[in-house]
Amino acid sequence: MQWETVIGLEVHTQLTTKSKIFSGASIEFGAEPNTQACAVDLALPGVLPVLNRGAVERAVKFGLAIGAKLNRVNLFARKNYFYPDLPKGYQISQFELPIVEGGALTIQVGEEQKTVRLTRAHLEEDAGKSLHEDFHGMTGIDLNRAGTPLLEIVSEPDMRSAKEAVAYAKALHNLVTWIGICDGNMQEGSFRVDANVSVRPVGQQEFGTRREIKNLNSFRFLEQAIDYEVRWQIEQIEDGHKIQQATVLFDPDTGETRMMRTKEEAHDYRYFPDPDLLPVQLDDELIERMRSELPELPQQKQSRYQRDFGLSAYDASTLTSTISTASFFETTTEALTAPDHKLAANWVMGELSGTLNKEGLDIADSPIKPKSLAALLGRIQDGTLSGKLAKEVFAAMWAGEGEADAIIEAKGLKQMSDAGEIEKIIAEVLAANPKSVEEFRAGKDKAFNALVGQVMKASKGKANPAQVNELLKQKLAG
Amino acid sequence: MSLSLEDIQRIARLARIRVSETEAAQTGEQLNGIFKLIEQMQAVDTGGVAPMAHAQEVYQRLREDAVTEPNRREAFQAIAPQTEAGLYLVPKVIE
Amino acid sequence: MTDSSLKQLAALLAEGKTSSVELCTEYLDRIAALNPTLNAFITVDRDKTLLEAKTADTRRAQGGTGTLLGVPIAHKDIFCAEGWPTTCGSKMLSNFVSPYDAHVISQFKAAGMPSLGKTNMDEFAMGSSNETSFFGPVKNPWDLKAVPGGSSGGAAACVAARLAPAATGTDTGGSIRQPAALCNITGLKPTYGVVSRYGMIAFASSLDQAGPMAPSAEDCALLLNAMAGFDARDSTSLQRDKEDYARDLTQPLKGLKIGLPKEFFAAGMAPDVAKAIEAAIAEYRTLGAETVEVSLPNMGLSVPVYYVLAPAEASSNLSRFDGVRYGHRAAEYGDLTDMYERSRAEGFGAEVKRRILIGTYVLSHGYYDAYYIQAQKLRRLIAQDFIEAFKQCDVMLGPTAPTTAFDLGAKNEDPVQMYLSDIYTIAVNLAGLPGMSLPCGFGNDGRPIGLQLIGDYFAEARMLNVAHQYQLATDWHQRTPEGL
Repeated sequence: MQWETVIGLEVHTQLTTKSKIFSGASIEFGAEPNTQACAVDLALPGVLPVLNRGAVERAVKFGLAIGAKLNRVNLFARKNYFYPDLPKGYQISQFELPIVEGGALTIQVGEEQKTVRLTRAHLEEDAGKSLHEDFHGMTGIDLNRAGTPLLEIVSEPDMRSAKEAVAYAKALHNLVTWIGICDGNMQEGSFRVDANVSVRPVGQQEFGTRREIKNLNSFRFLEQAIDYEVRWQIEQIEDGHKIQQATVLFDPDTGETRMMRTKEEAHDYRYFPDPDLLPVQLDDELIERMRSELPELPQQKQSRYQRDFGLSAYDASTLTSTISTASFFETTTEALTAPDHKLAANWVMGELSGTLNKEGLDIADSPIKPKSLAALLGRIQDGTLSGKLAKEVFAAMWAGEGEADAIIEAKGLKQMSDAGEIEKIIAEVLAANPKSVEEFRAGKDKAFNALVGQVMKASKGKANPAQVNELLKQKLAG
Repeated sequence: MSLSLEDIQRIARLARIRVSETEAAQTGEQLNGIFKLIEQMQAVDTGGVAPMAHAQEVYQRLREDAVTEPNRREAFQAIAPQTEAGLYLVPKVIE
Repeated sequence: MTDSSLKQLAALLAEGKTSSVELCTEYLDRIAALNPTLNAFITVDRDKTLLEAKTADTRRAQGGTGTLLGVPIAHKDIFCAEGWPTTCGSKMLSNFVSPYDAHVISQFKAAGMPSLGKTNMDEFAMGSSNETSFFGPVKNPWDLKAVPGGSSGGAAACVAARLAPAATGTDTGGSIRQPAALCNITGLKPTYGVVSRYGMIAFASSLDQAGPMAPSAEDCALLLNAMAGFDARDSTSLQRDKEDYARDLTQPLKGLKIGLPKEFFAAGMAPDVAKAIEAAIAEYRTLGAETVEVSLPNMGLSVPVYYVLAPAEASSNLSRFDGVRYGHRAAEYGDLTDMYERSRAEGFGAEVKRRILIGTYVLSHGYYDAYYIQAQKLRRLIAQDFIEAFKQCDVMLGPTAPTTAFDLGAKNEDPVQMYLSDIYTIAVNLAGLPGMSLPCGFGNDGRPIGLQLIGDYFAEARMLNVAHQYQLATDWHQRTPEGL
């Protein structure tokens, strides 16, 4: 039987506020345990929550960026369950009337584009951390993270493969960092993915029973976990078993998922509107201010790159894969005296990206800055450097040997464009290679290339290849 | 409507309160008396009435995003049942 | 001096005829003598009180002139007060020393009022007789066999016995007004949102409101001036201009329209209570007020509605008491769940557990709409009844409680009977309106009777005026129990 995979993702993004969602404690990462847990975060008797404007603003920005409906009045509810990292015994979250509903995200899977619909995005507080190192057989609780603002972004079950799920997760990661509402740091837990996975026979309308894989903190694990889970579910069904709705964890060491709890053991969360918090109203002023703060979005940039710069859809999508790539590209083109977007695009996606990848560096940390790259490209444009020489200069720049012009000067890499000088070399080469000249005249085009090669060699690669071509043709014709 | 002993044990588990069987029986009787009182609500047709969650029809005030709380770990942990290395200790949590 | 009103005490201090230290010492001595009988206080700390008194005297010496500077006050043990044990009447918090001050505590500190201690109360404010306190019941100063009412029973008893000139209370379903009535003092529950709930241990967040308890309405006005005000730390605290609640005290009552909700006067009120209320109505007519019959058709449902909403909110509010960060943790336990279940079973008393279980049930899967949502809809109908009725009157009047104080132990075994004793007070909390109770006579058993006034939203000053004018014409509020 042919099986189809159905995937929906729930992503917890940590918002880039200074303070917590309901208290004035810092959310800075890495502090000593419980030094950033104030009375409200610890749920001391009598304390009360007050909503952080910064969290609301970021959620609104996200809603605007995905073309969603913003609920002008939205509500906070309590999700009740006991857990030692949840000090109040309930999590303040949004249940009915979340701040953001609907919207969509376009993803690129290979050459294909696909739209993934979003169900909702709601604000909530994070829990603390349980540290399982051994404290005489006990668990240690650090509540620094408790109350950190999260935007939980829930997709529709629109993805049909692990690859699509990863593409969506990456596109979402790009978007939230792009608009600055999340730092995207997956190691620190700023972007955590839960995947709802089910399978069904191809052609079947209704969904299969889903299992939820919790807390995937890398794109690689996301792909591995879904692939494993899909294989497992198909095997189960083909062996005559039924899939039970369940929550599972992915173990990166074994590459397998393992059951946490079944639906029967699921919590009864007893959601109800939090009486300590009033309905949140989004007024026009706030929404318009957020709209005006939104940068040009990846999709908008892609269309512009294609329309105005004549770039291909693939190039446009690659250049907007992160905001820092796009901004590097744009700063580079702006610094060129004669704009050549294709040239800049090729270098950003080619030499620069390749070297960054090799070194494991983010484009924002590139040792070569856009202005410097533009200066290098300028030397290609004005004929000072051949493509080959430019790569040499690039390597030297990467190694910290200075700016392009200084390197060209120091290494004497300047392209030879003086016609007289080139003609002199050509004359010498023709004199030394009568056989090739003869072959060319006999109609062998290959011989021409050999002569060009000889001229380039004699010029130590500095002669302008186009000029060599032209002058050589003239000479041979003459 | 009447709560069974199983109902009592189920909600007691949800509420994380240990209830012995004798307690459950006694509590059940009292709760059923209370629910008899509560059932009076069902006689009223509330179709079209919006639930009232708050006494005042006002919207949430938003706090400026600023760090205002200093570290008071020492004072807060002085009243804790069990701490070590700045952490609150609880019986082993199994995930 | 302990017979003096707040205004008189303030005058004595202002004129230098006494000091805060002297005043506090006198009250502390009285507490030391009488508290063993009344059990009105859970915590008394002479040194702490006298230190605060000294601070007040220093402030005055340096030119400080606050109205209530140096006048002591007793705080219900529901308010977190830094460095003071704050137990909420529960074993769960019997070892809890608060690391911070509630807004109400800060307000009174700012006013320069030393704390005489923390008063006894029903556990987590759940009760109408003060018998659910882990620290034992409070005795009614008027009759030691009787309950003082609850949940602010310690506050009411200590003011009635003049162990303190004033006290703070909280009122979720009548917890200021009912004990005030049963102990012959004046108590006011403000409009929801007027006094910050920050640092007041939550019972039912959408209903809880703190207020003053003192011998007279005038005292309550002065206290409310100190207590009320916007607090950014409570999202439900209302941003309103500061007002002087004593501003209308002296207004004559001519032309005042008093609404008499007919449901209050239907069967259920004890005859001696009914007689006292009728007498009070007659007094108001003498003072120039008119009466008009109004109706609150859904009031009868307020008790069932309350016993869904309050336990639901409470079941969630009390989840934080888990033995992890503070409070009681069982001495012996196995795994984590066992630790939770034992700590909470040991830390909470029977009434608190009952209400947590009710609340958990009405919020649980499959029951939420039938109970919780239905109760919230009825809450709106009850609130709308008041809004309609206030179109015909300025204030409403009725009894605070259906009977005088009942005997200790009389209703312990029957929670429903206990709940029904709050029939006249609960609807006011559901609507979020201000209400108060003031002394208006004594029953056949010699126990006090309270008159309830209900004001429109934010009409505290008007309500206090109506109460004050009655107290100028009567002396019920000046009577104190004999033999103490």
